[in-house]
Amino acid sequence: MKVAAYTRYELLRTVRNKRFMILALGFPLVLYFLIAAPNRHEQNLGGSGISAPLYLMVGLVAFGAMNAVLGSGARIAAERATGWNRQLRLTPLSTKTYFRTKVLTGYALALMTILLIYASGTLLGVRLTAGEWVRMTALILVGLIPFAALGILFGHLLTPDSIGPALGGTTAALAILGGVWFPIGGNGAMHYIAQGLPSYWLVQASHIGVGGNGWGATGWIVLTVWTVVAAYLARRAYERDTKRT
Amino acid sequence: MSVVTGILLQELTKSFGDVKAVRGIDVSIELGETVALLGPNGAGKSTTIDMLLGLLDPDDGAARLFGGSPRDAVAAGRVGAMLQVGSLIRDLSVRELISMVASLYPRPLGVDETIALTRIEEIADRRTQTLSGGETQRARFAVALVSNPDLLVLDEPTVAMDVESRRAFWTTMRDFAARGKTVLFATHYLEEADAYADRAVLMAHGRVVADGPPTEIKAMVGQRHIRATLPDVSPSELEQIAGVTRAERRGESVVLTCTDSDAAIRELLARYPAARDIEIVGAGLEEAFVELTGVEEYA
Repeated sequence: MKVAAYTRYELLRTVRNKRFMILALGFPLVLYFLIAAPNRHEQNLGGSGISAPLYLMVGLVAFGAMNAVLGSGARIAAERATGWNRQLRLTPLSTKTYFRTKVLTGYALALMTILLIYASGTLLGVRLTAGEWVRMTALILVGLIPFAALGILFGHLLTPDSIGPALGGTTAALAILGGVWFPIGGNGAMHYIAQGLPSYWLVQASHIGVGGNGWGATGWIVLTVWTVVAAYLARRAYERDTKRT
Repeated sequence: MSVVTGILLQELTKSFGDVKAVRGIDVSIELGETVALLGPNGAGKSTTIDMLLGLLDPDDGAARLFGGSPRDAVAAGRVGAMLQVGSLIRDLSVRELISMVASLYPRPLGVDETIALTRIEEIADRRTQTLSGGETQRARFAVALVSNPDLLVLDEPTVAMDVESRRAFWTTMRDFAARGKTVLFATHYLEEADAYADRAVLMAHGRVVADGPPTEIKAMVGQRHIRATLPDVSPSELEQIAGVTRAERRGESVVLTCTDSDAAIRELLARYPAARDIEIVGAGLEEAFVELTGVEEYA
């Protein structure tokens, strides 16, 4: 109940922040229309048998969701700069509840992004079975967990000045290396590096929409390790972050 | 038998690198007391408050709130605080922000009650980012009060407030204290300590240099010095003058330490019309502290 009331206000203030909403939701959407709309009649992208709107939709869903969840870092950094973070430590809000609130807010935004991009894809002619939509979405939501922890970690380590470039750079690097923009080849060093990244598996989750199989054991292990390590570091960063700045 | 004390600070010590911010503080505050933590900037007040609230771990010593650790008291929702530095998170109205904070506490005051108590009806529906500095402080006070804390800690609360806001603020603070609450506020204004506290704890250079009723502290630090050129009169004669506590000779001139410089100067001139080059200087807080502590090397 406590989490619900607190999260409601957290969400309210997030959606009221126009600049943030435009960046978190609008940016992936604009990107999608810019690339997919001119190619909406391409039904066989690069000989793959997949239509351009579909292929771009699944890539941007992964990117947009990652972007939305990592964005909690920027909001946390801004809260810390106002001293609000210290004020919160003087309330009974536990670390657990705090994390839950931040993760729920991040997920709510991610879900909005995902649904907006799905709607845009449908508008450009994408058709999937109900089972494909559901499986793809469910696995994406699971794959976002390490990003939620990373967002909180960044928020408690960085300042509002440095978090923009840091998050932007990280998102871009994770997106490229994870195969959001172009597929990572089947072999070679790049492939091995990519498989160690959570973004690679997020993209694999979204590729259920283009006939992918989701994750094997490697995917689950990589994502679990990232989640555990990032959550541990985020918790430590939060608990140490009580000093005057 | 358990002794439940409000606040107990024992040998509290904290250094930042080479800077010894707090050098072993012992203070005990009873439930229901309103105490001013008085001292100039850099005295160690905020560091003491941070340790008292569990935001900072002491190098040595301990802070106990209601017989337990600060973190336990905070987790139980018994502490409300207004820290020195801080603004509010944006994109909520003042009323929404107060409701948000209230949702975290087990026994909060009503939101409307808090707004009425802190007299912020006129800004309650404004977004926090549109408030002026003084309005922000008043909203922050409401955020600290809505928890209905047993202990209210305020670090330099009236900074950035105009005269009107200040008056409203202190009235509210007194109304709240009258409910049997314990209040600790830090200030560098002697007048605030004098007017609103039952007791003043005077800090300088990380130490407690005096602890007592504000009137006593005021007498200690409110003294003035009269300096005059006046040869051939002995200090012991000058100490007979009403209002003079100490007289010292420095070559041709004398320095009189006075609790009542008005009475002293009249009598001085009546008795010794030859006195000239007269100066009366008020001892500022900083100066008074140095005098009380005898430690100038840290200043």
